[in-house]
Amino acid sequence: MSLSPNLPPDKQREMLHQMLMIRRFEERASADYLAGKIYGVVHCYIGEEAVAVGVCSTLKRDDRIISTHRGHGHCIAKGADLNRMMAELYGRQTGYCKGKGGSMHIADFDIGMLGANGIVAGGISIITGAGLAAQMEGKGGVAVSFFGDGASNAGPFHECLNIAAAWKLPMIYVCENNMYAAQTAAAVTHSLSDVAARAVGYGIPGVVVDGNDIFAVYQATNRAVERARAGEGPTLIECKTYRWRAHTERRGQPDPRDPAEIEAWKGRDPITRLERQLRDQGHLDDAGLRRMEADVMRVLEAAVTFAEASPFPLPEQATDDVFAA
Amino acid sequence: MRELTYNEAALEAVAEEMRRDSKIFYMSTDALPPLLNEFGPQRIKATPITEAAFTGIGIGAAGCGFRPIVDWRQVTFCFVAMDQIVNQAAKIHYMFGGQVTFPLLFRAAVGGGGLVAAQHSQSPYSMFMNVAGLKMFLPSTPYDMKGLLKTAIRDNNPVISFESSRLMGRKGPVPEEDYAIPLGQADVKREGRDVTVVALAWLVHEALAAAEALDKEGVSVEIVDPRSLVPLDAETICNSVRKTGRLVIADEAGPTAGFSAEIAAVVAEDAATFERLAAPVKRVCALQVPIPYSPVLENHVFPDRNRIIAGIREVLDAKGPARAV
Repeated sequence: MSLSPNLPPDKQREMLHQMLMIRRFEERASADYLAGKIYGVVHCYIGEEAVAVGVCSTLKRDDRIISTHRGHGHCIAKGADLNRMMAELYGRQTGYCKGKGGSMHIADFDIGMLGANGIVAGGISIITGAGLAAQMEGKGGVAVSFFGDGASNAGPFHECLNIAAAWKLPMIYVCENNMYAAQTAAAVTHSLSDVAARAVGYGIPGVVVDGNDIFAVYQATNRAVERARAGEGPTLIECKTYRWRAHTERRGQPDPRDPAEIEAWKGRDPITRLERQLRDQGHLDDAGLRRMEADVMRVLEAAVTFAEASPFPLPEQATDDVFAA
Repeated sequence: MRELTYNEAALEAVAEEMRRDSKIFYMSTDALPPLLNEFGPQRIKATPITEAAFTGIGIGAAGCGFRPIVDWRQVTFCFVAMDQIVNQAAKIHYMFGGQVTFPLLFRAAVGGGGLVAAQHSQSPYSMFMNVAGLKMFLPSTPYDMKGLLKTAIRDNNPVISFESSRLMGRKGPVPEEDYAIPLGQADVKREGRDVTVVALAWLVHEALAAAEALDKEGVSVEIVDPRSLVPLDAETICNSVRKTGRLVIADEAGPTAGFSAEIAAVVAEDAATFERLAAPVKRVCALQVPIPYSPVLENHVFPDRNRIIAGIREVLDAKGPARAV
């Protein structure tokens, strides 16, 4: 675990709080999905929380991010409202997308969260457009693309790294390398073990970090954000991490991964690591952790209550919002 | 009134709107010289040849408050951006519950006549008509081009401007003063009593020539140019067919599940129009083949004024559906 950066203890505790929030939210989403209260498909981010929180902790509200099909963590880390998130998963009118998106399509443009996206690599060019917008706005804003190792093999990744480098866009490309594209191991589909090595081909910095070490993620992103704000162009950051759960929460979903591999990665839990470090530094004690857990559960229960109490959309609302006025 | 070519009318619309609204910028492979000279490389961007990337970049910038114009040049080249067009641009406003608007203009030349073979002679607009969330038009005159393009640039949705390759150099009157033509408003290019021809783009001019020829025989042809494909002005089309009782549809695209099929369905579904039909509907379309290179072959594949005349004669001679009296 990296040494804690020069961050106030409150901020460090807030990072732990956010990671816990993501984990508890998804544990609940998974349970409610299996109970039939959440529909379609749910992809859990559990095990990768340090990436979303480490990256987003370096950003301002006006900075923009885009997510993937595994998007709850990015939403929460950017400051999304849990009530509206859970209501969206429940398919309710009060959800972020009025019940039209579900788990795979939560967006909140007011906080710079340009949406989870159901197409692997589909968001990379859209957020690169947000990077272009930030450059044209000239206010020092940056844009962050979250994507997986699978997307790093797709055309938009390469096309956009090239354009962002050529145009010096204020972009940070964050590859969450969890070693599997759905069920296929990265070792089978990648010619190099490090995605970050591809940055060389575009003349931009490529950095590999331990994605389960929140301060390593934070510090690498901070350098990339400073570079982007200074007009020096994009950075590719590869966060080595691991998803604890299967590709989706669907019952009977095959998971070809070695159980010993999963257990080994659980031993590198990013939440436990930060918790231990905060304790070692005297920034957290048992009572503080209990309070934090209780607060997370209170917010989560309130979100579930809000979702359950919210009305479903009216059937005829299916034809609303096809076009904007 | 002064005359401009179809292409000049389009460029004038873009330039006038760019002067009016600083949020508009333009992306295409190779910057267009007259626009580049006036607006400079910050607003007239020459992109790498990566339609997938710069289409997505346009979507992202649109979601951040800009009004991008994405020029694919030929419709052929947009197929590498189909994920961005179909999965993203068309759905993003709806899927996110209408949170923000995506004002975005796509430009694409369509049609044949250039002897450039299958990949560069396409008219695939019905593929896009089938995708909910996209507006689109295909003008037949410089006047319509400028007026529709201005409306499209001011629209808060993704709009595709399909532009006929055959008409680029064709001149027509265009007033100096500002005007705009609403989407979803067909234009009766010629009034007549005996038969309605619904035609698009170049085939409007072929239909006008056919009408002149038949006029000498005492046949009065009405020509309706829908101009806008989505939204479609079904009312003007149906009104014309109710008056004449006969319908020929002329389209440079193939017939299968095409624009012509949609017009036939619109007329057949409207009881008040259907009961006035005195003959079966006739479609005069391209043959359902990839467009071939050799002039002998290309001419055989595309409809023209002679085939429109033959189609009109056919519906004039035909008997309508038998009805109980």
